[in-house]
Amino acid sequence: MSYSNLKRVDLIFDQDCNPKEIIKNTFAKTNDQIVNELLESGLKGRGGAGFPTALKWKYTAEQPDPDKYIICNADEGEPGTFKDREILFKVPQKVFGGMVVCAKVIGAREGFLYLRGEYRFLLPELESQLAKFHADLKDLKIDFNIKIVMGSGAYICGEESALFESMEGHRGEPRNKPPYPTISGFRSKPTVINNVETLVYAFMICMHGARKFKDLGTADSRGSKVFSISGDTPKAGIYELELGMTVEQFVDDFGDGDTKAVQVGGASGFCVPRKKFKETIIGFEGVPTGGSMMIFNSSRSMYNVLHNYLEFFEEESCGQCTPCRVGCQQLIKGIEAVKKGQRHANYLEHLQKLAQTMKITAKCGLGQSVANSFFSIVENFKEEMIY
Amino acid sequence: MPEIKELVKNLAGKHGRTRESLIPILQGVIHEERYISDEAMTEIARELDISAAQVYGTATFYSFLDTQPRGKYVIRVCRTISCAMKGKNLLTQEIEDMLKIKIGETTQNKKFSLLETNCLGWCHKGPAMLVNDDAYTDLTSEKVREIISDYMKK
Amino acid sequence: MSKKINLKIDGISVTVDEGTTILQAAKQLNIHIPTLCYHDDLCIAGNCRVCVVEMKGSRTLPASCAMPTSEGMEIMTNTLKVRTARKHIIDLLLSEHNAKCTTCYKNGKCELQELASESKISTESFIDLVPHKNYQMDAYSPSIIKDDSKCIRCQRCVRTCEELQHVSALSVAYKGDKMKISTFFENPMFEVVCTNCGQCVNRCPTGALVERNYLDEVWAAIYNPDKHVVVQTAPAVRVALGEDLGLESGSIVTGKMVTALRRLGFDSVLDTDFTADLTIMEEGFELLTRLKKALVDKDSSVKLPMATSCSPGWIKFIEHTYPEYLGNLSTCKSPQQMFGALAKTYYAQKRNIDPSKIVSISIMPCTAKKFEADRPEMRSSGYKDVDFVLTTRELAIMIKQAGLDFSALEESHYDSFMGASTGAAVIFGATGGVMEAALRTAYEVVTGREVPFNGLNITPVRGMDGVREASVKIEGTTADWKFLEGAELKCVVAHGLTNAKKVMDNVRDGKASYHFMEIMACPGGCIGGGGQPIPTNAEIRRKRTEAIFAEDSGMKIRKSHENPEVIAIYKEFLEKPLGHKSHELLHTHYKERARH
Repeated sequence: MSYSNLKRVDLIFDQDCNPKEIIKNTFAKTNDQIVNELLESGLKGRGGAGFPTALKWKYTAEQPDPDKYIICNADEGEPGTFKDREILFKVPQKVFGGMVVCAKVIGAREGFLYLRGEYRFLLPELESQLAKFHADLKDLKIDFNIKIVMGSGAYICGEESALFESMEGHRGEPRNKPPYPTISGFRSKPTVINNVETLVYAFMICMHGARKFKDLGTADSRGSKVFSISGDTPKAGIYELELGMTVEQFVDDFGDGDTKAVQVGGASGFCVPRKKFKETIIGFEGVPTGGSMMIFNSSRSMYNVLHNYLEFFEEESCGQCTPCRVGCQQLIKGIEAVKKGQRHANYLEHLQKLAQTMKITAKCGLGQSVANSFFSIVENFKEEMIY
Repeated sequence: MPEIKELVKNLAGKHGRTRESLIPILQGVIHEERYISDEAMTEIARELDISAAQVYGTATFYSFLDTQPRGKYVIRVCRTISCAMKGKNLLTQEIEDMLKIKIGETTQNKKFSLLETNCLGWCHKGPAMLVNDDAYTDLTSEKVREIISDYMKK
Repeated sequence: MSKKINLKIDGISVTVDEGTTILQAAKQLNIHIPTLCYHDDLCIAGNCRVCVVEMKGSRTLPASCAMPTSEGMEIMTNTLKVRTARKHIIDLLLSEHNAKCTTCYKNGKCELQELASESKISTESFIDLVPHKNYQMDAYSPSIIKDDSKCIRCQRCVRTCEELQHVSALSVAYKGDKMKISTFFENPMFEVVCTNCGQCVNRCPTGALVERNYLDEVWAAIYNPDKHVVVQTAPAVRVALGEDLGLESGSIVTGKMVTALRRLGFDSVLDTDFTADLTIMEEGFELLTRLKKALVDKDSSVKLPMATSCSPGWIKFIEHTYPEYLGNLSTCKSPQQMFGALAKTYYAQKRNIDPSKIVSISIMPCTAKKFEADRPEMRSSGYKDVDFVLTTRELAIMIKQAGLDFSALEESHYDSFMGASTGAAVIFGATGGVMEAALRTAYEVVTGREVPFNGLNITPVRGMDGVREASVKIEGTTADWKFLEGAELKCVVAHGLTNAKKVMDNVRDGKASYHFMEIMACPGGCIGGGGQPIPTNAEIRRKRTEAIFAEDSGMKIRKSHENPEVIAIYKEFLEKPLGHKSHELLHTHYKERARH
C-alpha cells in the first residue's frame, strides 16, 4: 500500500523572482496592507514556537520607541535541522528581503542576521550577497542596513532572548519574560526576531499575496514548510511540503519501509511511534516542528536515541535555571541507572514526573521542551529503556 | 605576549571597545590563535574595561571559543544521533588512529586537535565534521584519511 | 500616582502598584513564597525557580520573583502542582549539593537546608551527582573560602560583585552541567581582583562562600597561659552582634558584648573606638596639612582630594582599579591596624608585658580586615600587629560555644586604657560617620568653635544615598589656620564600591572636585560589612545605622579630640599628630595591583 508522494511546494527556493522588484512593490504598500496580508496568510513562525508573524510585527510597530531592530535568527541548531543553511545558501536575497519589509513595517533602520558559528563557511558568500542587497536598497532609496553577527557554538542562542544577550556580548542566558522582544529585545529596544524561513515566507507572501500561501495546509497550519529529513531514509534532504500531512503519509513517502519511529522537531520535539503514525498530524494541531524529521527504523535503539538527545541538552543547557541544568543531568543519569539495573524500572515514572516539572518550571523553551522527547520516547519504548 | 597584545588591540580597534565587541574580538583571537589564552583575555578585559572574570565567563560559555590550547587544525566531529547512525564512531576511531590522539586532545606537533561537537546541520549527509570553519560531509574512512592527509601536508 | 493593578492570590484580592511582582504582592498578603536566588539588594535573576506559582491561563508556572502582576491575574501559591514542582526543584538542588550539613560552617544558617527541612525532603530521591563532579575548594584567601561543592548557582554572589561592588571577581563560567561560579581562569580568590569585602559571603544562601574562620586559633590563644590576649571591637559590631544571638536588628549590645568577651577569657577587652578617635586626629591633621601645602605653599605635588583609608576593601579596590590615585589615600592605617601596632608597643610598655606574649585579636564587621591584618606592611610593632581577625559572626559563634546566655548577660565597661570611646568613634561604623567625626574635630581645630550643625549632627553627610556631597564653609578661623578663612571644604561620601567607582570616575574626569572623600567598600558602611550577621537588606542596615547614631547621641563625649585616652597617648607616647612615632606606627603605604 502506498500513497502518492506528498505535495512538493516551491515557494522558498523558487528562483524565478526578482527580490529587488518585490521590495519595490512592497514598499509601495502601506504598513497596514502588509500586516493584513500577512495576517490573512496565517503565517506562523517557522522556528517551532509558531507565533503569528503578523502580530509580532504589528506589536513591535506599535511601540513608540524610535529605535527598533529586526533580527534574523539563523542560529539553526536543533539536531536534525539544516534547512536554514540551505535557504541562506540558495536564496539569501529573499531572507534579506523579508528583513527589509519587516523593517519598513516596524520602523527599523538596522537589522542583524545572527549566523551560527557552525555555518561560518557561508559568511564570505553571504557578505557579498549582502553588498548586492545594500546596493539594491541604495537604488531604491531605502535606508536600511543589515549586519551579520556570528555565533560561537551555543544551541541556546537560538532562544531569542539568549540571542540578544549573545549579541550584546554576554553569555547566552535566556532572560525573564515578560518583557517580550516586541517591547524589549536587542539593546532593550523593541525587536522583531524571526527565523530565516519565516522571513522568506513573509517575503513570498508579499510577492504572491496571502492567497497562494493560505490555500495550502490546514486551518491551524497554513502554508508549506521546509523539512530537514534525515535518519533511516533513502531520500534524506531538504523538502518543501504542504502542511497538514500525517506521519503515516510522511513515512510512506520518506521511510525505508521499516520505520519504527519518527522524531518530529528534533531533540526538543516529539517521538511518534509507528502505532501513532496514522493519527498524528505534522503541524500545530498535532506535533509542531521547526522542520527536523528524523526517521528511525527497527534496527535502532530508542534508548540510544534518547541518551543522545539528553547528552545534547545536558551540555547545551545554559545552566542558569535549576530544572534544566540539574534536571537534564538527572534524566540522563536516571535512564543509565535503569538500563544498568541500578534503579528499578519504576524509577522511570519518577523521571517522567521530573520531566513534567521541567516542562512547567524551566525558564525558557529549552528546558521546557526536554520533556517532549523524554515523555514520548519513554512512554512508547519503555521496554527499550529497561532491557 | 607582545603579539597577543597587538592582536587584541587591533581587534578592539576594528570591532570597538564596548561590551558588544567582546564576542567578535574573542572570535578574532580564535581565528588567529585557535584558542584564547589567559594573556589574551587579560588584554581584552583591559581594552574593554571589564573584569577578566567576565571575559572568561563569556568565553567559556561558547563551545567554539576554546580556552585550552588547540592545534592549527581543529577537527570537530558531529556527535548527533543522525551522524552517529551513519558511523560517526568508526570515523572518530579512524582519526584517532591517524593522529594518535583521543577526543579532546591535541597532537604533539600542535597541528591537530580532535573534538566532538553538537549538530553541525548536515544530518542528511552524515557523518559530518568541521576542520576549522570548513565542513566535510558524507564521510567514509577513505574520505577521512584523504582529508586528514591533505591537512597533514599543509 | 502610579497605576494600580488588581489581582487575586490564593483567592484573596489585592491591589498593588504597577510593576509589583507576584512575590511582592504575595508579601503584602503575608503569603510567604520561598526563594533562593532572589535577594532584596540585587537585580532579579529568576534562575533557581523555587518561587514558582500557578497562574490561571498559563501552561507553565512562572517564577513569582520575576513575573510582574497584571490586571485580573489569578495566582495560586499553594497547589499540588506548585508543591510538587517546588519539591522537585529543591531535590534537584540537593542532588548537586554536597549536603554534609553537620560539618558545614553554615549548618543551621543555610537557606537551602531550611527549605529542604520545610519541604521535608528526608531521603534524596534523585541520583547523587556530587561524585560525578570535579568540585573545587579555594581556601587560599585569608578572608574568604569558596567551596564549589556547596554552590547552588543562584548567582547572588556574581550579582553582588558586579552590581554592588563593580568588581566582578566572580563570574558565571561554562554552561550546561559544567556551569559554575568562577574567578578568572579559576584562579584562587587571593590572586584575583577580589577586594575581600565579603558582600558575596553575606548573600550566599549556602556554605559555598564563607569567611575563613580563626575560631580554633583564638581559643588556643585564650587557653594558652603564656599569652596575654587583648581584644578590640569595631564600632559596627555592637549594633549587629545581637542579631546572631536572638535579638532584634538594631539592638545596641555594647555592654553585654564586653561582658561576654571577658567571660570568654580575653585578658583585656578594649575598643577599636579608641583608635578610631586617634585616626580622626591623624587623618584630620593630615587633611589640614595637605590643604595648607596646597593653598599656602602652592605645592602642586600635594594630592587632593584626600580619601579615607579605614576600609580595607576600598583600599584593595583602589590598588587594583585606580592605582594612579594611591597618593590621594590618607596614609593613616585603619583603626584596627593602629590598635594592633599600639597594642604591642604602647600597651605592652605601659602594662609591662613582653609584646611577643601578646596575642592581638580584633572583632570586625568585615572579612577584608583579615586580609588587611595579613598585609606585610602591618608589622610595625615588630610583630604581626593584629594576630587574628574575627567577624561579628565568629564572635557570636564563640559566645554560643561558651554557653553564654547573651541576652541575660549584665552590661560592663571596656577595660582601660585603650578602651575609651567617643560618639565620633562610634559613628565610624556607618557610612558618612568618618566624615562627620573628622569634620567635628577639624572644624573645631581650625576655628576653635564647634561645627555649626545642630547638636553636632552633620546631617548632610548622613543617609543612605550611594553618593552624598556636602560642603562646609569655614569661618572665624584661629590665627594658625587663617589661610582657610572663608574656604568651602568640599566633601563627598560614598558606600559600596559601585558608588566609589562613580566618585572616582568623576574625580578622574574632572567632573567633580573635592577636598575630602569618605569611601567605604560596603553598602551602608561597616554596619553592612561582609562580616556582619546574615541576612542583610536595606531595612536591617537602616536599623543598625539608627542604633549607631543613637549610641553616638547618648555619649558624653562626642568629639575625637576630647577622648581623654587620646589626649593621654599624645602626651605620653606619640607627642603630636603626624609626629615621628605616629609615622612609624600609625601610617602606612599602598601598592599598585593589576586591574585585570
